[in-house]
Amino acid sequence: MGKYIVRRLMWLPVIMFATSLMVFSLFRLVPGDPVTVMLGARYTEERAERLRETFGLDRHIAVQYVDYMAGVFRGDFGESFRFRGRAVNELLWAKIKVSAQLNIAALTIVIGLGLPLGFYIAHKQGSWQDPLAVASAVMIMSIPIMVTAPFMLWAFCLKLHWVPCSGWGGFFDARIVIPAIVMGVPGIAGMARLMRASTLDVMHQDFIRTARAKGLDETTIDRRHVFKNAMIPIVTVLSFTLAGLLGGSVIAERIMGIPGVGRLVVESLFERDYPVVMAVSMVGTFVFVLAILAADIAYAYVDPRIRYR
Amino acid sequence: MATVGADSLASDRLSRSRSKGHLARATERLMGKKIAVACIVILALLYLAGIFAAWISPYGYEDLDYTAFQGDPPSLSHWAGTDLLGRDVLTRVLWGIQNTVILTVVSIVIAGPVIGVSLGLVSGYFGGKIDSLVMRVGELFAAFPEVLLVIIIAATLRPRFVTWARWVEDNWGLDGIVRSGVVDYFVVSVALVSFGWIGMARLVRGQVLSLKEMQYAEAARALGASTKRILFVHMLPNAISPIVVTMTMGMGTMVGTEIFLSWLGLGIQPPRPSLGILLLEGGSLTVLKVKPWLLLAPGIAAWALVLAWNLLGDALNDVLNPRTR
Repeated sequence: MGKYIVRRLMWLPVIMFATSLMVFSLFRLVPGDPVTVMLGARYTEERAERLRETFGLDRHIAVQYVDYMAGVFRGDFGESFRFRGRAVNELLWAKIKVSAQLNIAALTIVIGLGLPLGFYIAHKQGSWQDPLAVASAVMIMSIPIMVTAPFMLWAFCLKLHWVPCSGWGGFFDARIVIPAIVMGVPGIAGMARLMRASTLDVMHQDFIRTARAKGLDETTIDRRHVFKNAMIPIVTVLSFTLAGLLGGSVIAERIMGIPGVGRLVVESLFERDYPVVMAVSMVGTFVFVLAILAADIAYAYVDPRIRYR
Repeated sequence: MATVGADSLASDRLSRSRSKGHLARATERLMGKKIAVACIVILALLYLAGIFAAWISPYGYEDLDYTAFQGDPPSLSHWAGTDLLGRDVLTRVLWGIQNTVILTVVSIVIAGPVIGVSLGLVSGYFGGKIDSLVMRVGELFAAFPEVLLVIIIAATLRPRFVTWARWVEDNWGLDGIVRSGVVDYFVVSVALVSFGWIGMARLVRGQVLSLKEMQYAEAARALGASTKRILFVHMLPNAISPIVVTMTMGMGTMVGTEIFLSWLGLGIQPPRPSLGILLLEGGSLTVLKVKPWLLLAPGIAAWALVLAWNLLGDALNDVLNPRTR
């Protein structure tokens, strides 16, 4: 197991390196250079030249890349093009804190509602509640967040006045509720569907029949045997659930005016603030790869039959 | 072979002559599902409406109605109302559907059968270096959060493609390439394909890896069949069901991602309407306060597209996947 983790972790820098190279070359594909956008109407050849020098954009691409990566290995993502004189690290960290809180809130909703819901529905197989729940899960999952978000805003903020419409006040502020729900809704439905399938799968296994035959009461069977075994496949998809939330995060942050990573990366792309986009992609990949690894490890932990070599 | 019963051995279960019967029976089962039929009908209607938007839409997508200038609610002359400039929302939704359906179909075909399947076949059949190369590249794309990958590709490729198109216009004396929106289509397709091929390549590779060990493949090899023949005549037809299921299930995501890109301003560019732009226009707080119905028509269209594909994917999976049947 230890060896396996080490081997996977050694793969991580390779992936990071390749992603960075890919994103970097994509940026070089763009005609013109970011200096034109930075200067805008104040553009003169002289100023552009000076800026290029400041940011080292006049050097050969390979030199720029090596220099940049050397910085990254020291934990320095360079200086933002858009906000002159501000380090990407500092800029990004502030946004990551916001987005992390938002995503954790959404993930909590997804797990907290999706799992019990799926588990409950699985026990209702054969009654009218089961097909109804399954059908509504697909229906809810299929609503694009670009539709859910404005609809929720319209209903709960403009009509009912329950919560303020936009802005950000941290984890314990009422303004986190709508974006977190909006991001979580497709996840809840998806999670419930998955948990239902997984629970049903386990419920029809022989060892459940054995447990019942030896006289265990239903609550104990559910708690000790069904739930635990049904959780196994769920663990592996958690990392992808988190990645799925990311897309919703971009949308929710833009509509609700939340100063998070999603908004930052879109704005930076339009403003050609390449150091920021580079940093976001590298941090994003890093987190995602680690999350997948964590899921694999957790998988082996919850299911002792699984051994990685 | 066609007379062998349903409980036949694994080795001839996958033979070619029976795979046709298998598909025919699958279609029969699919048609027996009310939900699947409803989805097919809805999708057919939406796709036809989109493709023939130019003929069936009551107005032009840029036509301004000066009598309904400030976003009128739905009425008899404008079934879904008009937007803030007085343009008919229903017309714009139909044109938006056109963009979405064309883009997603083109992208799924390129990502699935064209790139995904061929890479999967090659990588699974030959193994070795080609296999690890394809799979490592796939891993790389998969390690990159999908949303980020799509928006970075769309945002960085557009200016380059626009420059190329302008160059072609200038040098070849062609006009209106950029204005026709071809560049937008191209950029969005590339972005959608960038993440769409991986799952398919992995799936086909896995299928081929297991099919390769089957006795009939060995028999074909022993009879001197060429690699090409084994791949396309023996392997591919047997992998068709999971490929169809994966493609159908992927369509919902494709549609959602296309709408997402346009919504961000990275997809189809105004004045051409797209569902994403319509949702953006209708979904801003200022518009929601006074004209909430602007969200209704594009919202329902987008939802119906994604939902119908997801439900159809589920139904197909039930019908074609031997494990869930």
